[in-house]
Amino acid sequence: MTVIMIVYYLITAFTAAMLIWNFIREKSDRQKMVLYLIVLTPLLLRILRIR
Amino acid sequence: MTRTAIYKMSLAAIFGLVSGIAGYQFYEHRHYQAPIIAGPGVTRVVKLHEYCPSLKGTPADTDVFFLEGAGDGGTVLLVANTHSNEPAARLTAEIFLENCTIQKGRLIVIPQFNNSGSRNTKPGDGYPLYFEIPTAWGKKKFRMGNRNASPLDSWPDPDVYIHYPDRSLLSYLDVRNTNRTWPGRPDGPLMERVCFAAMELIRNEQVDVAIDIHGAETMFPVTNCIVAPEKSSRIATMVQLMTQAMEGFTVNVYPSPQNFRGLSHREIGDYSNAMPFLLEAPIPFLDQPTGPKTEELLLTGRDPLLLSLARQGKLFVPYDEYGWPMKNRVGQHCSVILEIMNQLSQASPERAVVAENVPRYKDVLEHDVGYYYHNPATADPARVYPN
Repeated sequence: MTVIMIVYYLITAFTAAMLIWNFIREKSDRQKMVLYLIVLTPLLLRILRIR
Repeated sequence: MTRTAIYKMSLAAIFGLVSGIAGYQFYEHRHYQAPIIAGPGVTRVVKLHEYCPSLKGTPADTDVFFLEGAGDGGTVLLVANTHSNEPAARLTAEIFLENCTIQKGRLIVIPQFNNSGSRNTKPGDGYPLYFEIPTAWGKKKFRMGNRNASPLDSWPDPDVYIHYPDRSLLSYLDVRNTNRTWPGRPDGPLMERVCFAAMELIRNEQVDVAIDIHGAETMFPVTNCIVAPEKSSRIATMVQLMTQAMEGFTVNVYPSPQNFRGLSHREIGDYSNAMPFLLEAPIPFLDQPTGPKTEELLLTGRDPLLLSLARQGKLFVPYDEYGWPMKNRVGQHCSVILEIMNQLSQASPERAVVAENVPRYKDVLEHDVGYYYHNPATADPARVYPN
């Protein structure tokens, strides 16, 4: 794994963490809750090295 | 617990379930091993990293099969699944591996050139993850791969892929495309290393002819053809004439463009003494205006939308209700490869490569592809190579 690939995994993990945090903090807007999870899905699959 | 909390937990559970199911299928596909049986003609098997040590331990490393004859002669290299979504290539290579014996010269076969690409898929296009070929002993299951290597193995993509050494600007995706990264370099991106290893193999093993097997859309002009640079054009033309006269099918010959870099039919010829040939057989599955991308479409090549377009003269190949079944594509590849060997042997008898027990077009049409595959369960385990 190259250095730049490791950096991209770190960026992906950070973005995923932000999405999870926003999902947890969201109190009323159900559309945003769904949106956070949709965007989160490919990031999780990449972090877990599945897709 | 509030109603919002219950809603969020339910939502997270649904997404977790959907992601889990999809993730499991992707994981299984990436790790599925389809057995390759080394037939009686295979004399040794090495790894591609022997020609480029930086490939060792990477998912791009792949098996290289040698079929060596008793008599001296030339060397022919077969490269299959450069694009793993064009599977007639691997099916053809496996027919050679399981059945072919070499009387004179050598045949080298790389049945899964872009190994990473074969473990990738294209869910956005609805690709099936697998396809099965019926045989006398059951169905042989193959992974349906993708054109490019998996981003799990080569990531991130650049904004623009700058070809080495020509510095042509190519699509960002082409950094993962093993038919754009020739001739490669030993310390470049992963797919450049794959191509560099193959170039080293070609140079070190003194390969005379390198054949890269592909498939192309029926709506793409460069289909059902042999692409050849200047140094290969005489043999390619003879192959076209011979197969048309003797076997009843037509393949055209297209010149390899000089300014379109990174392709096997251009770079192999420019960076080695070998004569390259790229074979294209029609694959309706890859055309955009078709119905669902099913396993049946992949195997039969039959599609009502393409039939409609054919009647309007929009396709570059003959097309009717029969479609373009896999056996036609594989049969054409077998005959064209055998005829290239035959023409090489006639042009340079001291560099002849004489192959036996390989079916030709009419044989494959009569028996179908699976007839030539042996049962891995009953084969000698030492001769079975999982891939």
